[in-house]
Parts: sequence; structure tokens; C-alpha cells
Amino acid sequence: MTDTSVSRSAPWSDRLWSSVLDGDERAAVDSVLDALDAGLEPQSVLLDVIAATQRRVGEEWAADRLTVAQEHAATAINERAVAALSAHPACRPGPGSRGRITVACVDGEWHALPARLLAEVLRLDGWRVDFLGAQVPSAHLVTHLHRTGPDAVALSGSLPTRLPTAHAAVIACQSASVPVLAGGAAFGTDGRYAKRLRADAWAPDARAAVNLLAAALPKPGPAHQAVDALPHLSDHEYTMIASARSKLVQDTMAGMADRFPPMREYTELQRRHTAEDIAHIVDHLACALYVDDDRLFTDFLAWTAGILTSRRVPAHSLVLALETIGLQLHDFPRACGFVRTARESVARTVSSPSS
Amino acid sequence: MKTRKVPGRPLPDVTLEASPHPVVVLDEAGRVRSSNTAATLVFPALETGAPLADGVPAWLAEAHARGEGTAHGAVGDRTFRASRSAPAPGGAAWWFTDTTEQSAAEEALRRERGRTAFLVEASNQLLSSLNARRCMDTTAQLAAGHLADAAVVLGPSGRRRIHVTRAVRGGPATRELLAVDPAEVPGLADALAGFPAVPSRWIDASTVPGWLVPDGFGPVGSLMITSLPGNGAPPGALVLLRREGAGPFSEGEEGFARVFAARAGAAICAAQLYAEQSAVADLLTEDLLPPVLERIDGIELAGGYRPSRDDHRIGGDFYDLYPAGVPGGETMVVLGDVCGKGLEAAVLTGRIRTTLQALRLVEPDHERLLELLNGALLSSRHTRYATLVLASVRRTGEVLRLRLTSGGHPAPLIVRADGGVETADTSGSLIGALPEVQATTYSTELRPGETCLLFSDGITEARGGPFGRDMFGEERLSEALSHCAGMPAEAVVEHVRMLASDWLGTGRHDDMALLAITAPRRPRPGPAGGQGHGRSTA
Repeated sequence: MTDTSVSRSAPWSDRLWSSVLDGDERAAVDSVLDALDAGLEPQSVLLDVIAATQRRVGEEWAADRLTVAQEHAATAINERAVAALSAHPACRPGPGSRGRITVACVDGEWHALPARLLAEVLRLDGWRVDFLGAQVPSAHLVTHLHRTGPDAVALSGSLPTRLPTAHAAVIACQSASVPVLAGGAAFGTDGRYAKRLRADAWAPDARAAVNLLAAALPKPGPAHQAVDALPHLSDHEYTMIASARSKLVQDTMAGMADRFPPMREYTELQRRHTAEDIAHIVDHLACALYVDDDRLFTDFLAWTAGILTSRRVPAHSLVLALETIGLQLHDFPRACGFVRTARESVARTVSSPSS
Repeated sequence: MKTRKVPGRPLPDVTLEASPHPVVVLDEAGRVRSSNTAATLVFPALETGAPLADGVPAWLAEAHARGEGTAHGAVGDRTFRASRSAPAPGGAAWWFTDTTEQSAAEEALRRERGRTAFLVEASNQLLSSLNARRCMDTTAQLAAGHLADAAVVLGPSGRRRIHVTRAVRGGPATRELLAVDPAEVPGLADALAGFPAVPSRWIDASTVPGWLVPDGFGPVGSLMITSLPGNGAPPGALVLLRREGAGPFSEGEEGFARVFAARAGAAICAAQLYAEQSAVADLLTEDLLPPVLERIDGIELAGGYRPSRDDHRIGGDFYDLYPAGVPGGETMVVLGDVCGKGLEAAVLTGRIRTTLQALRLVEPDHERLLELLNGALLSSRHTRYATLVLASVRRTGEVLRLRLTSGGHPAPLIVRADGGVETADTSGSLIGALPEVQATTYSTELRPGETCLLFSDGITEARGGPFGRDMFGEERLSEALSHCAGMPAEAVVEHVRMLASDWLGTGRHDDMALLAITAPRRPRPGPAGGQGHGRSTA
């Protein structure tokens, strides 16, 4: 993203933002079409106006200024803005000389808009794009690949907890000899998880993806299994913790109530929220074990601490939850290490006067 | 036992004669001192007293001059390994072992290993794709890389045109559909018909037509043709090309090329059969897929569907839309659940949808419609029954008038503009099980921003949550809906789908279906001078 494209698009993204906030679909569509009429490049409208607005939706949710339901409403309106844009004559696809590509989200992924935007940008760049959308089971993706024989798959993921599923999709695509370009927040800000899962390429954003794909991706190597890319999986810590998730959540709830008596007075709703938070922590721990990177876990907890703070929930509860989880994991040295690192990091954040 | 050294004494020739190996003994100056009969048979030019180099090939003389302990090389049409020993200080003896058979065996082993490695690689690449075009590309590239300088895959052929895929060693595969006559290439028509082609040495490479040869390849030195067996699908052919000067294909090479062609043919044929089967499956599935829902006559509609098996696209839950024929008419939607799962249940959903489509044209009354449907299902050979909800919607101004009737199905939920959630007061018996059905219809209105949600029990009975065993339940569904006032229909559906899916996690689930009917929010007055964008044409 260049500075000039940002400054040129800023007024339009402000206008789209206020339309989205009002839930005013017609105003939202008008603002992107007006941006186009005012001479903004279609790619810039997609990425600097619509994507920027969507980013803001996420930030506002994190800051507790939007509810999840409002986030969905805003996303639906942004989707309609994309649809209106792609029907506009100025957004006719390029000459179609680039080849064919499949754009899909990791199975279980709900954030389809980034992938949709990438699909539109690639279409503008002359690709023949098959956009499969969110919630694509690997079986469907692979069937699609066999039937259409694309030059590449662009796989979008925003939730780190879906990395094991993403890995299965990467392996399935590569086994069908189709190279995979991974993108989205799930793969890490520097793409380190894309590399670890042996994706054939990683792009930090849509523009980078367009550039990377302009030079053909190399054909993937011979078919392999998950443990070939991630030999640490043979210690079974991931498999065992992932399959014992429910019990771990339950035991952690009980353990926390022992150590923190006021928890016994929690309302049903409070208990439910606490259980959901613990389940999230366990899910992220499992995924950190899957990719063997404690940063995935620590980053998630730092983010959660921020979310809790913005909702005026004391983040100390996280330290207690981590301690209680850690007590149950003494048979899992890798998991124990991750929990210890994360607990120390959260404890530092919580006790630092600036937070 | 003690060995006594005898300096300077020549070894008795009788010892050398006893050796089955040729032996040549040299003095300090490198002249031949003695040799056995075996040696003189191999090296007839050996002369006692003459320099070694005069009687043996250069490779041995040079190895001796460099002071090496072993050497290996050809003598005439045989190969020998030579080993040096030093029977006396300054002198030397070369002992020879005939390695002709061993070398040939080693060479054969090396070639076999190369071929096996190539076949493994070829299988890996060919097996990875069920796309026929990609299989043909891979076949051409593999053959060009390992069997020849270029390769051409022909087929499948249409009535007058044929797909030609060419690759030069190390290059990409290119594909063309050409109107050419395969009979122009000797033996090609036979190969395309699945018969053995003529041997390579019978084909005059200069007669090869230009359309066969990749651009820029240059003159063809030799070529061979083999059939790509079709195994039930139409066969193709593989043509291997060598440049001038590369020599013809040997019998062994032709045999190996046929082994490769058999594998490639099997892969291409499997891909073709797969494509045909999936095209048939798609065609048959088409009518069973839930329809795409969008705004119709001022009514916002959105649907969400997830079959119980992730590798299926259809299941026992269904919804359908029957638009009003005229503006302001009554649009009907149905959402239901056939007893059972998977493809068999899906087939019955198709029957119900088709039956409703016809019946609604003659019977607008819901209860009567359900009776007719019940009769139709009872008289069919299926023993399954179904539950469903009918919703008829008519827009009056900005208000949607709604009639809802449940046939044994969970009653729809309605979220009001203030976030209140109501359950539609309708109930009835399930359809297709008993001779009589009863149902009550509930009528209501949706004001702008209000949504009526039809859902299947796959949503409410989804088991999961933090403890992995609780049902999502109608209470959680109502709670979720209470945040959905004023939201577009898609957003309501997405919101509920996401909550239910997150609740499930990776657990097993039933078919899940959702359908939202929403009265669009009032558009805000446009900005001054804003003319709206209904104008994008041309």
C-alpha cells in the first residue's frame, strides 16, 4: 500500500465506514461506486477502501465498541459493496491471460471477506478465479482441483486455531500437485506458520499475492504427511491435548474454583463465559503445540488480555487459568514450557503500570 | 610359519602359470620381466624385456607410470580390473581380473535402478491428479524428460479434431486442439485405436508432419509411437521424438516406453472416467442443492446449509423458494428435514420440493397443501417421512405479511425491531407418516429490520460447547437472535451459523439448515444531490 493510495482513498473509506456503521447498505454501495467514478483504481477501492473499513470493523470489535452481531451486519454490508463493485463496468476482468486459480478459506473459517477481496483483485489482474468461499471442507476443495486443474490455490485463514485444518488442506492440494499460496492472519504476521506447514508461498497482503502469483509458483514436491513437515507431532502432545479438550476445560474450571473461592458464586452466565475462555486457551495451546511455537500461544494471551482489559475484566484471571492448566499438564513437557512462558508474559503485562 | 625374503630372485614361472588370472611381472625399469599364458592371450603384443607400454593399453601403462595400485579399463571388447603387487623391491606385478560380465551386470543394474526411480517418480506425479488435462501434461513432460528429447501426447480425439499436448525436455507442456489426420504419421492411427504401433526403426523420421513436432525443435532424427491404453476410456497415443544424431530407439527402450505408457494411460483414463462420473453426479445433484437466496420483490432472503457429512453437498435438510409470479404476489419458502441422512434422504428432499412446486400453484392454503403433500408422500414407495415449515410472504409497502405453518417441525423464531424474540405459534403433525395430518397456521407481520428465522433441529441439537456435550439449544439460539434486530438477512444467517459451528467445534453433527426472511431496513434519506446508483449499465 503506497502512501498516496492511502491518502487518496482515506475520504472514501471514512464515508464507507459511516455507512457501514449505520447499517445503510445503499449508502455503502454508493460510496464505493462514487469512489470508482472519482477515478480511484478498482484495486484501490477494494483494498484501501473496503478492506480498510473491514479492518476497522475488527478493531472496533476488539475495543468493545461493536458487538459480534454488529460485526456480522457490517461485514454483510461490505460484502454487498464488493458485489456492487464487481458488477461495475470499470471492474471488468483483465484479459484473462494469467491462468486459473482457486481461492478458498480454510475449513471452519468465517472471515470470507479477505478471500473475496483477493478473488476480486486477482480477477482484475486477469486471472480466471474460482472463489469457493468460507467453510470449504478439504474434500470439496480437492474435488474442485481435480475437476478444474488450476495453476495454484490461494488459501485464506484468519484463525490460528484452524492451522491443523489448514495444514490438511495444504497437504491435500500439494498431493494433487497444485501449489498453495497461504495468506491471512492465521499464518503469522511474518508468514512463519505458512512456512512451517510447507505452503509453497506466503503473501502478507493481497497486493503481494498478486505480485507473487504473476511469476508461476513452482510445482509442489512429492506427497507427504503432516508429521514429515512437523516431526515434533510424534510426541503426541498435540493429539492428546486436543482430544482431551473437554476434560481439560472441566478440570480447569474445578481447579480454579478451588484456588479462587469467589468463582463458586459465579452466575451461570459468568461460568459459561469462563468456560468458553478456558476452551479458547486450550485450543490455542493445542495449536501452538501443533506448529511448535510458543509465540502463537503468548500472542493469543496478550491479545486476550487486551480484549479483557477493554471490557474492564481483570486480566489476572488469565494468570490463574494458566496456572491451573499448567498443573494438569505435568506429563507434557512441551506444553508445560509453553504455559510457563505465557504465564510469565501475561503476569508482566498485567502488573505493568501502563496497562 | 616364517617367510624368508629372497631379494632380486625372479619368481618361478610355474607359480604364474598356476594363476587363473593374467599376470605381468615388471622389473625396476618398468620392462616386462615375465608373464603367464593367460596374460599373453589377453595382451598378444607383450614381449619380455620390452617396456610395459608397448604391450598393453594406455590406461594401464599410465596407471603404472603414476604409481597407482589399481586400474580399470577395456581391452578389446572386454573390461579388466588390474591390481598391482610388489613381489620384489622396485619391481611390480599386475594381476588382471576379467570384469566384463560384472560390468555389464552393474550397468544393467544401474539402468534398472534409473528406470525404477523414473517409474516411481512418474507414478507419484501421475497419481496425484485426477484431472485428465494435467495427466496428459505430466505424461508429455515426464516422457520428454526421461525417454526422449520431446514427447507428444495425442488424444482424446473428437470427430475431426484431436488434442495434441507437446513438451520438449525441461520445458512446459503446451496443448492444442488440431484438425489434423493422424494417419499422416505412420503407425499413429493404429496406436490411437489401441493397436501396437510399428517399431521405431521402420519409421522414416523425415516424413513426420510439422504439426506433430514442437515449435523450434528442429529436424527429427528418430521417433517411436506407442498406444496409451484406454482401459474403458478412449485410448490415446504417445510419440517420442529424438533430435538428429541421437540414434534410433532400441528394442529395450521401446519396451520401457511401453511400460511407462501403460501407467500414463491408466492415469489419464482414470481421470477421464472421474470427470465423466462427477459431471453426471453434478447434473443429478444440481436440483437437490439449496437454491441461492437473495432479495426478491422487496423481501430479503438468505439461507445457510451444512450437510452432516462434509464430503457431501446435499443431505436430508432442505429449503426451497417459490417466487410469486407477479410483483406484490405471495412468495413461498419451505424449510424441512427428511428422516435420515445422506444421499437417500436428499433424493426425497428433491421429491418434496418438486411436489410442492406444483401443488402450491393449485392450493394456496397451507393446511390443505400439507394434506396434499402428505398424500403424495404416502403413495410413493419411500417409507421416509419429513417435517417442514411453510412460509408465505407478501409485501405490503414496507411491511411483510407472513403466514407460517409447521408440519411437525420446530416453530420459526421471529426477532422484532426492539430485539424481542418470539416463537411462531404454529404446530402440526409430521408429513408422510400418517393418513391424516393437522396443522395450525400463524399469521404475523414483519416490520423493517425484523427477521423470521426458519431452522432445522440440526442447529438446536448441535452438541458441543466448552464441555463438548451440551446442546446448542433454542435458548442460545434465541439469545443470539436477540442481537440481530435490524440486521440484513445474510448477516443473521451468518451470525447463527458461526455460533452453531463454533459451538460444535470439530464434533459430529446432523444436517443443518437455516433460512432468514427479513423486511429490509428503511433506507435513510440520501445525501443532498445523491442520485443513487441504479444506473450502472453499458
